[in-house]
Amino acid sequence: MRPALSVILLTTLIGVGQGLFVALYTVQVFDRIGLIQGPTSPAFYPLGCAIALAFLAVGLGASFFHLGHPERAWRTATMWRTSWLSREVIVLPAFMGCVFLYGLGHYLGWTQVPILAGLDATLIVGAVGTVLCTLLFLCTGMIYACLKFLQEWHTPLTVINYLLFGSASGLMLAAAYAAIVEPGLVRFFAFWAVGFTLAALLGRSASLIRNAHLKPRSSLQTAIGVKHPRIVQSSQGFMGGSFNTREFFHGMSSAWMRSVKWMFLLAVFPIPLALLAAGLVRGVPALLAAAFLVQYAGLLAERWFFFAQANHPQNLYYQRIS
Amino acid sequence: MTQLALVIDLNVCVGCHACVTSCKEWNTSGVAGFLSDDNPYGKDPTGTFFNRVQTFEVGEYPNTQTVHFPKSCLHCEDPPCVPVCPTGASYKREEDGIVLVDYDKCIGCKYCAWACPYGVREIDEHRHVMTKCTLCVDRIYDESLPAAERKPACVMACPTSARLFGDIHDPESAASKAIQESGGYQLMPEWGTSPANHYLPRHKKEIKVREEDLERVDNPLKVDGRLPKPALKSPSLDDVTSW
Repeated sequence: MRPALSVILLTTLIGVGQGLFVALYTVQVFDRIGLIQGPTSPAFYPLGCAIALAFLAVGLGASFFHLGHPERAWRTATMWRTSWLSREVIVLPAFMGCVFLYGLGHYLGWTQVPILAGLDATLIVGAVGTVLCTLLFLCTGMIYACLKFLQEWHTPLTVINYLLFGSASGLMLAAAYAAIVEPGLVRFFAFWAVGFTLAALLGRSASLIRNAHLKPRSSLQTAIGVKHPRIVQSSQGFMGGSFNTREFFHGMSSAWMRSVKWMFLLAVFPIPLALLAAGLVRGVPALLAAAFLVQYAGLLAERWFFFAQANHPQNLYYQRIS
Repeated sequence: MTQLALVIDLNVCVGCHACVTSCKEWNTSGVAGFLSDDNPYGKDPTGTFFNRVQTFEVGEYPNTQTVHFPKSCLHCEDPPCVPVCPTGASYKREEDGIVLVDYDKCIGCKYCAWACPYGVREIDEHRHVMTKCTLCVDRIYDESLPAAERKPACVMACPTSARLFGDIHDPESAASKAIQESGGYQLMPEWGTSPANHYLPRHKKEIKVREEDLERVDNPLKVDGRLPKPALKSPSLDDVTSW
């Protein structure tokens, strides 16, 4: 498949926003239970939510560039019974609403007023937001995982990796954010960022190994229904390109593919972890920010690779111009 | 329930592309809008087509066969492109099983094209909507046309009658009979899409001349044996002959 920049930006940016929101809410829950010391700065939650919202909004905005008719985007909410894309379109704004309310609640001091079973409004909104956040990861992953003949995507690992990558990058950002606003929480976020980054390494390695051993179920024999073992296309039916030759081929060499794979494996896992460790030891917020930026850049490459690696069975029909 | 479909006979298709041009001509002239055509005479021509004829070489030289293979939307009975559409623009008609795109609802997200294993959906890059074969839905029900012409444009155009059009759920239709009698098959059965369009496989054509075609088995009067069989020395027709 040809990776679309708009979709790469959408999936990576909302992942960061989701991860950051869950990081903020986890602090509040852990603080409430008494496991950690909560933030002292009153700006911590509202500002964090604003940053998460910004990531979500830019991601949502980028997705519009993927559409031929963005003015009809409202129609996408109608087919939620069957379409994961439609479900994502519903869950994403609902989740953004929760993030907004959560930040607003902290800004307006709703934390002081218990409204249900001793819990304040922000804890309840945050819980709803966390559920929606998980659903959003599920929807985003299932958009790709549900396409059974794109065998590289048709695995639970797709959903798991979206969740792990989103959480890891969000926690990286949370660590960098805390280094500036609330230094007391840096170690807490860093601990979880390392955990999720390592989990993502496991998940992505598993999917890379799985995809390396895939056997395509479709062949030229099944594509045209001729049983002979040797079939060669001598004409795809037209001399120039078409939508089918542009949308489904990334057009890059296998050497390029290999280098992108190693680039993202380095940029998403070891380099950010090293920068994070260096930042913690030396206490330099800039190193933590660099850890997030390098990991995000790596995630852009990871997502490019994710799309490019999927080999669509329709490509069997478009092998040769004449 | 009706399921309209095409049945394409690979024995007969000669790869002339008449169905491609006829399809383009009919569908670019309809009320649904034109089909894009960029640089038609330039260096890198591109455009939207609902139908393509491809060519495959089967076998090892010199024992090869050229298979011309027309491909358009197969109007699957379980179309994977329909449930993924977020707006409901992509749908399968209850009454005749045609898979269609509502161009006024389509947002051009291309997700349905990703969900089609056959690569028969093409986005129109000027109208920014997904387009595909409609089985000439604006033709086959048009009562202003003579009944014999209420067929898809590709079927009308085919000079060798390689394309049959009909209801494959009606066992009496010509399309159904062709599928049953000539071993019609579906493309990529491994994905369970159950395409409505079928292809008739190539079969060997050879003329067998048997002994009894030349000489009757029951030759009671041995008349056949008395056919003129001139002796070697007798004069041939080239010479002046007595009979």
